[in-house]
Amino acid sequence: MIAEAGHFALWLAVGVTLVLGIVPMVGAQRGRADLMALARPATHVLLGLIVFSYGCLLLSFARNDFSILNVASHSNSALPLMYRLAASWGSHEGSLLLWLLMQAGWAWAVAVFSRNLPLPVLARILAVMGLLTLSFLLFVLFTSNPFDRLIPVPLDGRDLNPQLQDPGMIFHPPMLYMGYVGMSVAFAFAVAALIGGNLDAQWARWSRPWVTVAWAFLTFGIALGSWWAYYELGWGGWWFWDAVENASFMPWLVATALIHSLAVTEKRGSFKSWTVLLAILGYSLSLLGTFLVRSGVITSVHSFASDPKRGFFILVMLAITVGAALSLYAWRAPKVGLGARFSTLSRESLLLTNNVLLLVALAAVMLGTLYPLILDALGLGKISVGAPYFDAVFAPIMAVLVFFMGLGPLARWKNDTLPALAVRLRWAAGVTVVCAALTAWIGGKITLGSVVGLLMTYWIVFSVLTELWERVRPAGGVKANVLYRLGQLPRATVGMMVAHLGVAVFVFGVTMVGTYDIERDVAMSPGDSTTVNGYTFTYQGNQALRGPNYDAVRGHLVVTRDGRAVSEMYPEKRVYRVQRNPMTEAAIDSRIRGDLYVQLGEPIKGDTWLVRIWVKPFVSWIWVGCLFMGLGGMWAVTDRRYRARATSASTEPAGTAATAAR
Amino acid sequence: MKVLRYLVPMALLAAVVAFLGVGLGLNPREVPSPLIGKPAPAFKLARLDDATQTISREDLLGQVWMLNVWASWCAPCREEHPLVIDIARRQLVAVYGLNYKDQVPAAKNWLAGLGNPYRATLVDSDGRVGIDYGVYGVPETFIVDRQGVIRFKHTGPLTPDVLRTRIEPLLKELQRAG
Repeated sequence: MIAEAGHFALWLAVGVTLVLGIVPMVGAQRGRADLMALARPATHVLLGLIVFSYGCLLLSFARNDFSILNVASHSNSALPLMYRLAASWGSHEGSLLLWLLMQAGWAWAVAVFSRNLPLPVLARILAVMGLLTLSFLLFVLFTSNPFDRLIPVPLDGRDLNPQLQDPGMIFHPPMLYMGYVGMSVAFAFAVAALIGGNLDAQWARWSRPWVTVAWAFLTFGIALGSWWAYYELGWGGWWFWDAVENASFMPWLVATALIHSLAVTEKRGSFKSWTVLLAILGYSLSLLGTFLVRSGVITSVHSFASDPKRGFFILVMLAITVGAALSLYAWRAPKVGLGARFSTLSRESLLLTNNVLLLVALAAVMLGTLYPLILDALGLGKISVGAPYFDAVFAPIMAVLVFFMGLGPLARWKNDTLPALAVRLRWAAGVTVVCAALTAWIGGKITLGSVVGLLMTYWIVFSVLTELWERVRPAGGVKANVLYRLGQLPRATVGMMVAHLGVAVFVFGVTMVGTYDIERDVAMSPGDSTTVNGYTFTYQGNQALRGPNYDAVRGHLVVTRDGRAVSEMYPEKRVYRVQRNPMTEAAIDSRIRGDLYVQLGEPIKGDTWLVRIWVKPFVSWIWVGCLFMGLGGMWAVTDRRYRARATSASTEPAGTAATAAR
Repeated sequence: MKVLRYLVPMALLAAVVAFLGVGLGLNPREVPSPLIGKPAPAFKLARLDDATQTISREDLLGQVWMLNVWASWCAPCREEHPLVIDIARRQLVAVYGLNYKDQVPAAKNWLAGLGNPYRATLVDSDGRVGIDYGVYGVPETFIVDRQGVIRFKHTGPLTPDVLRTRIEPLLKELQRAG
């Protein structure tokens, strides 16, 4: 009964999205306030129905209802409750329901938090979001019903893939989907503005916080996924350029570009048609990612059970959604004004450079991801593109991007000159070179990668400090002013600085791990010890262990440094009882200066095991950097100007001095 | 003319959708196999564990053997590796590895960490032999019969399904054929 109720709620939701997608839109075009007023309550009802439906799915998992195919295939009565609930999004069907939940949630949030928006604008935005929700509802109902029954009912379920039985499974997918689906808000704002003809600085200001929040969630989601892969897969790496990783990374690159180009559109009224295109592109890539992951056109480590029928459905959905948006773009965008002019060197031009570089990076990732498919489709053979390609192409682009990242925030709007900028940044540049050289020298190993990486790190740090100093520097020589002025900094500026420093932290982590990572394989009998990078690992032996749904062998190592105890580590090798696949659980001792990472290999003979030891300097900085980026974004969104009431509707002409003044 | 510029994104979308549409009908793991039924190309390569020893195609004649192409940089290879170990453990067939475009220390580490199912791994660091065998994407798996003829090829990670429905029956047939 519960399953049928959940299924029925989805059909009701189809009705609601039809109303939401059509009626307010018609109302906005005809100026009928009564029709437009329907949009807000409709999103409340929609969210209610989908929450109810998702609740039904959760309840079915919690109650071990194996008469439901989805539950029987992805859960087991021995699975701990927390993972049974997380298993609800462990399947293709369940994850799509999660997607719907997020989609309805975002629509509801827009309805609730956009009180300042003029009614026609809000009505169009919510209508577009309603239509997007409708397409996914139909996808779920026609190809991927999570409530399908299974007859005869099995005694027990096939269990969740052991690799997914991890706290990462609880947090990573919801975060990532918040980001993916959050891109639909920017898309809806863009399409609504194209329809309504209010593509101006005001529009940019309205969409900016939404894009930033979605981007922050996407950042958290990707970072969590990377961290999870690092400690769970036991490969010691943190990014593999797998097709699915790329699928999440491509919208991130576009969202990053969009955040920056929205800044120009908001402040100067320029780049309007470019910004709107990016907004459309962001959500398109979310859809493309969904297609790649779920259709089976590309081989990947974490693909879902693929089904050409589903792939076809998503492809049609993608073609209709994006096609409609781009037609609208081709029709409306030529009439949009150019906005304020700017010179060759100005903050606008630097942000444009940022956008171009991010899109080049996007093109490189997309090419690498789709290349095998394109060659195959042209009948030119089958190939696979690996990490070497991506590393070689991506790193130089990032290095150039980081260079401009230091310049951008310091350059003046409209017009700046090279000598002026160089003078302001001369200290930052000098200190950067000295610090990078010093760090490389202390590190004791100098490679091209490490030097460039360190230069990038310090360049960001010192250019941000330069900017900070310029902003708080006491003008009249009164020292006490500094703290006061620090407190006066707009949150948007602070958020940007934190996010940029996050990039520095990230780059530092990547550089350190890339350069100083040490990996050692040792055959160890109880009592044996080995020293890696100053840490002495002593193997104490192993013991058998029985977990709730797995059997394991657990090794025990004592780590000392200079005779002092550092850590006790317990790497495991598990065999999950239902699916019978072996899993290695690496033991990781994580600290600021780096991680110790121990993995139990194969038994060699008797009590002798192969033990694999990594010392990974500063690896956790990679994820801490991402955390900074996301938190910086979140902080920027709390800036006062987004909370201020909008003074006028969309009537002001685009790019006038009035909107560009800020 | 200016309007045309705004149609460019649309054209790009059409191109991408067309490719994806064609891609849907293709199986990325199914390979055109001009080599099946042909003699396995000759090679003479150093062993991974002992660079002074070499193995050639002729050394392997007279037995049914499997060639598993892998590399330490290849993520899907890790995915299929437990299955290769399973094949070796059940002694279904003699498994040889071809370490494709890889570095020897990295490859050794990889085997040490994940287990070594191979009777021997051949080092093909410049990928020449890979070209002869028409390696498109790693991992790939070939099965060669006693006369040295390629009988089967699989591109992409092996799956329990492929093992059960295609490889095991083929091996039974080849080994019975004597």
